[in-house]
Amino acid sequence: MSLLTIDGVWKHFRGNSVLRGIDLEVRPHEVVSLIGASGSGKSTLLRCVNLLETVDDGVILLDGRDITDPRVDVDDVRKRLGIVFQAFNLFPHMTVLDNVTLAPRRVHGVPRAQAEERAHDLLTRFGLAAKARAYPDQLSGGQQQRVAIVRALATEPMLMLLDEVTSALDPALVAEVLEIIRELKQSGMTMILTTHEMGFCRDISDTVCFLDDGVVLEQGPPEKIFGDPEHARTRDFLRVVLEARRL
Amino acid sequence: MPAGVAWVKSDRQRERERVRRSRARRSASIATASTFVFAVLVAVVVTNAPGWPRVREKFFNGEVFADALPDVAAGFLLNIKIFLIAEPCILVVGLLVALARGVRTPAFFPIRALATLYTDVFRGVPTILVIFLIGFGLPGLNLQGVPTDLVTLGIIALTLSYGAYVAEVFRSGIDSIHPSQVAASRSLGLSHAKTLRHVVLPQATRRVVPPLLNDFVSLQKDTALVATLGPLEALRQAQIHVAESFNYTPYLVAALLFILLTIPMARFTDHLAERTRRRRGA
Repeated sequence: MSLLTIDGVWKHFRGNSVLRGIDLEVRPHEVVSLIGASGSGKSTLLRCVNLLETVDDGVILLDGRDITDPRVDVDDVRKRLGIVFQAFNLFPHMTVLDNVTLAPRRVHGVPRAQAEERAHDLLTRFGLAAKARAYPDQLSGGQQQRVAIVRALATEPMLMLLDEVTSALDPALVAEVLEIIRELKQSGMTMILTTHEMGFCRDISDTVCFLDDGVVLEQGPPEKIFGDPEHARTRDFLRVVLEARRL
Repeated sequence: MPAGVAWVKSDRQRERERVRRSRARRSASIATASTFVFAVLVAVVVTNAPGWPRVREKFFNGEVFADALPDVAAGFLLNIKIFLIAEPCILVVGLLVALARGVRTPAFFPIRALATLYTDVFRGVPTILVIFLIGFGLPGLNLQGVPTDLVTLGIIALTLSYGAYVAEVFRSGIDSIHPSQVAASRSLGLSHAKTLRHVVLPQATRRVVPPLLNDFVSLQKDTALVATLGPLEALRQAQIHVAESFNYTPYLVAALLFILLTIPMARFTDHLAERTRRRRGA
């Protein structure tokens, strides 16, 4: 059974249709990548899954439950999802440790000692143990994004949403963040990610979806999408992106 | 699904919108009901108080109200006049003082020190004392050219007192503009002054509009403090009527007039804050 089912989702902004009937299945332990030009609807789709945006039609099932029902408790849904943003969005007034333990303590009611112990384990696992007492502005971009990932992991989400998590980083810092995502995949985490890192995408994804103008134009295993795409638009997009890389 | 498909609203979406509408209706009716219950409760408690008949007679007397209204309203026009003249003066003083506090050239240190001293002193002294000191002290100097008109003196006092607050509001707005904006402007070759004028101040002013409006709501009320000098504004007129009739209803008249003036301003402030919030969210 799918962990997440997106069925015919539409989203309009000011008369402009950003998502136009998206269908997508995510199985447990699967890594699904969304690729496509800016404005193709990748980020909006992630925000719809996280209920930061309300869908205008269609249905999203998380673990078999309709999360697009207006009667659903959004906090309860979000408790089970982890999201990491392009711009990190760490809380600047809190230490790394407080950023990571905020949700476990205040939402899940984990006692402080226990939450901090678990946070320390996670920070150690991702090479951030020495930074527990630091504030976000004392860290490099790569470190901040790793903390943001740890913060999302701290509540043990059933699904992680990663929205262009390396786009705001210096090329030298991208590798350390991608390394973490690889490790998450090995640990069996289910993830949906949007990315412009095509090499990484090809390497890590079980399924790649090419979004174009609000629809999933093409989806399949990475070998198929990158090696033998069916649509001319997919080929054009990949050619432009890969050429830009070479420059 | 192929591209170019037009959206046909599904039954599920129709049902969802119906649920949302009914929930919106339900929360609106809960809000109405709880407001009503609260209002009735307050009315019951107040009218059942042992002293209510006496209070109603002394504070809510319709006859005295009608009698005092024309005079108090006429006086209130003076409050509005004081407010309208003081407000632009305060903006100018506040902005100049804020700029003076930001001067970094060593030769102009005295200006900076004076500006700091000014805000320290006038924020420290209660407004009513400033009005007394200016109102009675300044004419006492018998200097040529010093105004003796009480309303003018009141306006000067209010300007000095509020100018200090507004200067601090402007300064915090200027400080809130990120240094990268100054760096970008200076690296285009704009001088410090031009950077302030074209880059920093336009952004800072937009940011400080809500706190400034808040200070102005407060200023509208404080025009009543000028009454202590003697001009026949709303509060003074109300006092006269109270003294004549031994009834406090004229104070209620003055209070209602002040509320009528400040409420639109407060709603306007809310509206601006909401607009800023929406722009950030978009």
